[in-house]
Amino acid sequence: MFSYYLKLGWLSIRRNPLLSILMISAIAVGIGASMSTITVNYLMSSDPIPQKSDQLFYVQLDSWDPNNQGDDGFEPPDQVTYIDAMALMKAGKAYRQVASNRSGLVLEPEGDDERPFSVDARNTWSDFFPMFDLQFLYGSGWDDAADQNMDRVVVLSKEINEKVFGGENSVGRSVRMDGMDFKVVGVLDDFLAVPKFYDVTNGAFNDPEEIYIPFNLAVEYRLDRNGNTSCWKPSDGDGFEAFLNSECIWIQFWAELRTEQEKQEYMAFLDAYVEQQKQLGRFPRPLNNRLSDVMEWMEIQEVVEEDAQVMLGLSILFLVVCLLNTIGLLLAKFLGKSGDISLRRALGASRSSLFIQHMIESAMIGLGGGIFGLGLAWLGLRGIEMLFGDFVENMVSMDWVMVLTAMALAVASALLAGLYPTWRACSIAPASQLKVQ
Amino acid sequence: MLSMQNISMVYRTDLVETHALREFSLEVEEGDFISVTGPSGSGKTTFLNIAGLLEQFTGGRYELDGRDVSSLSDAESSAVRNEKIGFVFQSFNLIPDLNLFDNVDVPLRYRGFNTAERKRRIERVLDTVGLASRMKHLPSQLSGGQQQRVAIARALAGEPRFLLADEPTGNLDSHMAMSVMELIAEINRDGTTIVMVTHDPTLAEMADRNVHIRDGQVSDITTDTQFAKVATG
Repeated sequence: MFSYYLKLGWLSIRRNPLLSILMISAIAVGIGASMSTITVNYLMSSDPIPQKSDQLFYVQLDSWDPNNQGDDGFEPPDQVTYIDAMALMKAGKAYRQVASNRSGLVLEPEGDDERPFSVDARNTWSDFFPMFDLQFLYGSGWDDAADQNMDRVVVLSKEINEKVFGGENSVGRSVRMDGMDFKVVGVLDDFLAVPKFYDVTNGAFNDPEEIYIPFNLAVEYRLDRNGNTSCWKPSDGDGFEAFLNSECIWIQFWAELRTEQEKQEYMAFLDAYVEQQKQLGRFPRPLNNRLSDVMEWMEIQEVVEEDAQVMLGLSILFLVVCLLNTIGLLLAKFLGKSGDISLRRALGASRSSLFIQHMIESAMIGLGGGIFGLGLAWLGLRGIEMLFGDFVENMVSMDWVMVLTAMALAVASALLAGLYPTWRACSIAPASQLKVQ
Repeated sequence: MLSMQNISMVYRTDLVETHALREFSLEVEEGDFISVTGPSGSGKTTFLNIAGLLEQFTGGRYELDGRDVSSLSDAESSAVRNEKIGFVFQSFNLIPDLNLFDNVDVPLRYRGFNTAERKRRIERVLDTVGLASRMKHLPSQLSGGQQQRVAIARALAGEPRFLLADEPTGNLDSHMAMSVMELIAEINRDGTTIVMVTHDPTLAEMADRNVHIRDGQVSDITTDTQFAKVATG
């Protein structure tokens, strides 16, 4: 019977093309608007590293100002100081640990005609690449010795490798940046973390960096920092050394802890470290260290912006309005078929079979609305992109999950909208219609 | 075959109560051909709707083919309609965007027959009504008489034991009306019980018995012998 109902649904849609187009358009507009905002929210709140997001922990140490208490009490700062980062790296208590920050360099390509250009860099440690499961096109990350020895090594993004080396295997070749020659040890494959979870403090939806170099090397050569730096008290003295020893925070610190026991042990280590530092006159606030896994950290950092949530709510309301319109149109359409329905009742159709027939017709209208709605959602996302520019570039693409969600939402919406009209249509007393048909 | 005992049907609104049928009793035997006549508003169509399980009556007892159908569920009454009753309406009630084959197919779909069985039955009944060669035509491509023949074919496709016809020739000219009546009479001769509502006394006389309804009650029953007396007298 299902194929028969599909055939009847198609005939009915063709019978009133204008009404059908209106209904499909109403659903499409609602789906287009809601899917645009749902997609943005979905990408904002998606798990960027699902295979191990519960094993990666962002470290917060409350080294901040005791006289600066927020409404919710003392909240630890969202980055760590150089002193603490280096102490945690040196202790090496986690399975893997990484301190990193952003900087910028000027890359000088080979060849007289090539012009230098600036590149975004991440200063980090060798554990960065295995910790975040980064895939390499060529070569690999550097080793621990390179971290310690401050070797001039670099990992390039795929884009920079294409730009500088035409996409060839550049491992072993040299690239000149800020007047220094760096040896290429690896080229990353396509890598786009949305959100850019490992550094949300500098923009959760920014592009990944273009090159990766050892953290110690960047400090040694005092490379320009591009990320956020916050200080709650002045440095004891002038110059870079004083800055490094200050209470300024500018480094993101991640630890990979594979089990709950490892997490508890690491937390105990952090607490012991801070207690020790308190004895040295640091950490004036009460003990308040935090370990947040990836998704917890995204929530703490409010990666899903409140504006986006408001927009989502409004677009869902808009979908509801579109559905109310669809209900009215379906009611007109189905009640207009009262003669057909009565005839089928007389010929032996039960109310339930007619109910199924008309719900399938509603679902077909929903499917049509979903297909057109996807097109409108795509346009909506392009509109958001045009409105907000590169900032949202990584949030305005629909994956297959979103496509399926759109179709399911459209069909579910149409079924919901079809419930009342179908019930009304199936409640028609057949005898009243057959005589006058 | 059909037994109605003291059937009453009352339509109620906030202000008015209308008695469409009062203490209505009728027995129809298997193979009968009954015509039902009466003035407008006498209750003919209400009787037909109740007989066809299209309306629930308010009082009395109704047995169809030996089964009490007074309080069937929707699914049960739908199944009885589908299996035992065929309907022929004054305005044909064909579905305009389905061809003849698909129109006749409608009741068979709800019966759950497989494709081959449906095809066999549809071809047979369309052949019976003389329209086998036009089964891919749309109703709009047929004359009124032909459309009523398709409606009869649709009613016969499920091989019902009971055919209810409501003014089956009301929309036809006299020539086509006679042709359709001959077809109905032939169906009756093949064993199908027929109850036909009509305004036309000539057509009513083609039945074995005429039941005259007035004010929601059977006022008179005339047999074919009496028809003959009336005709010769």
